[in-house]
Amino acid sequence: MSELTAENRVEHWRQTKRLMIIHLSVWFVFAYVVHWFAVPLNNINFFGWPLGYYMSAQGSLIVFVVQLFLFNRQQHAIDTKFGVAEDQA
Amino acid sequence: MGMQWEGKSFIDNLPKIYGVYTGGFLAFFFLMAFFERMGMSADVIGILFVAFTIGIYAFIGILSRTMAVEAYYVAGRSVPPVFNGMATAADWMSGASFVAMAGGIFMAGHGYMAFIVGWTGGYILVSTLMAPYLRKFGCYTVPDFIGTRYGGKFTRFCAVLVLVVASFTYVTAQITATGTIAARALQIPFEAGVWFGLAGILVCSMLGGMRAVTWTQVAQYIVLIIAYLMPIVWMSGVQGFGWFPQLMYGPAVERIMELEPLLGVGVAALEPQRGLSVLATLHATPREGAMAAWQFVTLVACMMIGTASLPHILMRYFTTPSVRDARNSVAWSLFFIFLLYFSAPALATFSKLQLLDPTLPTAIIGQPVEQVLALEWVQRWSAIGLLAVIDQNGDGILQINEFFLNPDIIVLATPEFAGLPYVISGLVAAGGMAAAMSTADGLLLAMANALSHDLYYKIIDPKAETKKRLLTARILLLVIGAGGALVASLKLTGILGAVAWAFCFAMSGLFFPLVLGVWWKRANRQGAVAGMLGGLFVGWWYLLAVRNPQEWYGIAAPWFGLNDLRFGIVGIVASLVAMIVVTLLTPAPDEEIQRMVDEVRIPRGATIISSKS
Repeated sequence: MSELTAENRVEHWRQTKRLMIIHLSVWFVFAYVVHWFAVPLNNINFFGWPLGYYMSAQGSLIVFVVQLFLFNRQQHAIDTKFGVAEDQA
Repeated sequence: MGMQWEGKSFIDNLPKIYGVYTGGFLAFFFLMAFFERMGMSADVIGILFVAFTIGIYAFIGILSRTMAVEAYYVAGRSVPPVFNGMATAADWMSGASFVAMAGGIFMAGHGYMAFIVGWTGGYILVSTLMAPYLRKFGCYTVPDFIGTRYGGKFTRFCAVLVLVVASFTYVTAQITATGTIAARALQIPFEAGVWFGLAGILVCSMLGGMRAVTWTQVAQYIVLIIAYLMPIVWMSGVQGFGWFPQLMYGPAVERIMELEPLLGVGVAALEPQRGLSVLATLHATPREGAMAAWQFVTLVACMMIGTASLPHILMRYFTTPSVRDARNSVAWSLFFIFLLYFSAPALATFSKLQLLDPTLPTAIIGQPVEQVLALEWVQRWSAIGLLAVIDQNGDGILQINEFFLNPDIIVLATPEFAGLPYVISGLVAAGGMAAAMSTADGLLLAMANALSHDLYYKIIDPKAETKKRLLTARILLLVIGAGGALVASLKLTGILGAVAWAFCFAMSGLFFPLVLGVWWKRANRQGAVAGMLGGLFVGWWYLLAVRNPQEWYGIAAPWFGLNDLRFGIVGIVASLVAMIVVTLLTPAPDEEIQRMVDEVRIPRGATIISSKS
């Protein structure tokens, strides 16, 4: 795959955008939605932690870290599929 | 010395080099512990810790001096993702994170956790929206991207303006922090400490630019993470909470929540003490109501979007060998930052339980006041006015609202609550110094690089020779650093306030021009200028308005409870609206720019700005 066709370029960007939107939706939930409901969540006991507090101290953070490594794999898979990863020059 | 700082053999040797360095640092720590046993005084240990670590950073800084443009601005684009992750983590975690975060959580409870969520989640935005694309662009600085993508000298100038406003606000706070720590550890006046701290910072960046800063930041990360984690793990192990406190402290939170009503947490002090506070906020219980939730999420939003707009962070991802490495490096950065941030609440919880729980030998609340006043650490911190124990109701027993402290001392004082040796306090001082110095270095470099590359080379004198450009960069570094130290020695703002403002300035002016430059092909020069200036000045006006309610700035009360820590929300909305409206009213960018955006979107192929210069 040396030349990138116009359709492939459009399709690559469409899938990249889709991946971005999925990840930002997950991010939105763990960055804002769960903390908005911290008060009711705190009634749930999570290994000793009240859940609302736990999410702000560790839960959201763990989600973010895992999410980023996952995102890198997925984006690289998209790039490779369309032959636009760097080692495919 | 013929040390090579690039090339395969150097990169392959990095794990070994930093492995030896880490071993050496640990050996130094144990040597100090041994000397303490042998009777060396606390003062000497403190001085040795700070002097030894700064000496190492200076050594690295001098070894990696360079006269090559690519090495000076972007470390030769050869930094492997894991090491760039460590350097970014050190760049990112400032004196505020290191010294003030655990204390903030200790005092302000759940509301303060917004900083923890905000200062980590921002990296999702960095990775999905920005870093890989900016790396593909091949720019040297953030304004370089804005100036090339949108075109025009004035556009570039606006980006430099926002960068300088945000970074300068931030750097004064960092120089203040280095000054405070240097003053305490070396026993010199604060004003002298500020200049001493600045000298240390400049030695790391002056000669070697980005390359020197990168390799010192990796070294600083190693010091700061050891200094943060070792006391927590040690205390927890010694006191029977287990050797992995971050996973074990749930029951400790539960226990604090049981004790709070019994001890009357939430009752204000009878007579407040200036500059000190009593523990009056519940540890893990969020405030009720939509306003509290709104305040939490807006602070989270400001910190996250600010993260993705701060030039000293974004420019770290220009140093990786490839676009894919830039992405991986963001993930590693977050991982290394996470190690500290998920430990801070554990430290706060643990420290609080030791003081509150009457079944522990370290408890002071509910104990006779006389007995508490006899404790050595209480006397030491009271002597310098950062702590006070006053029996205000005269019953001879210490109540929760009679124990006053400055929250910033929690990280430094907790080892002493637990009776750990002084060598731990020396270690913590070195860690705080590393955190503040590394951030200050990154910020000073971001400003000096933008002014020398974008303002001087690209706008004022495009024919300037390499040598002259790099000389200008170094002189600017000195001038800005001196300016920062001068402002810091005036003590205008608190550390945390200045940090939050820097985030708000950056997001107001830069977030949308950067994101839309990649994600919206239609975005044009006029829109970008309107977005940058509109965001910056509306944000600035709103900050002045909420800070000075007695003056007339056009509003009577903050909008939607958005106070001065959250003015970025107002600024960024103004920026988005201005950018979209002006873009749509003016012609679309030409073919060439549109093709440029297409190329930025795929990792393969040459960078947009060629590396020859």
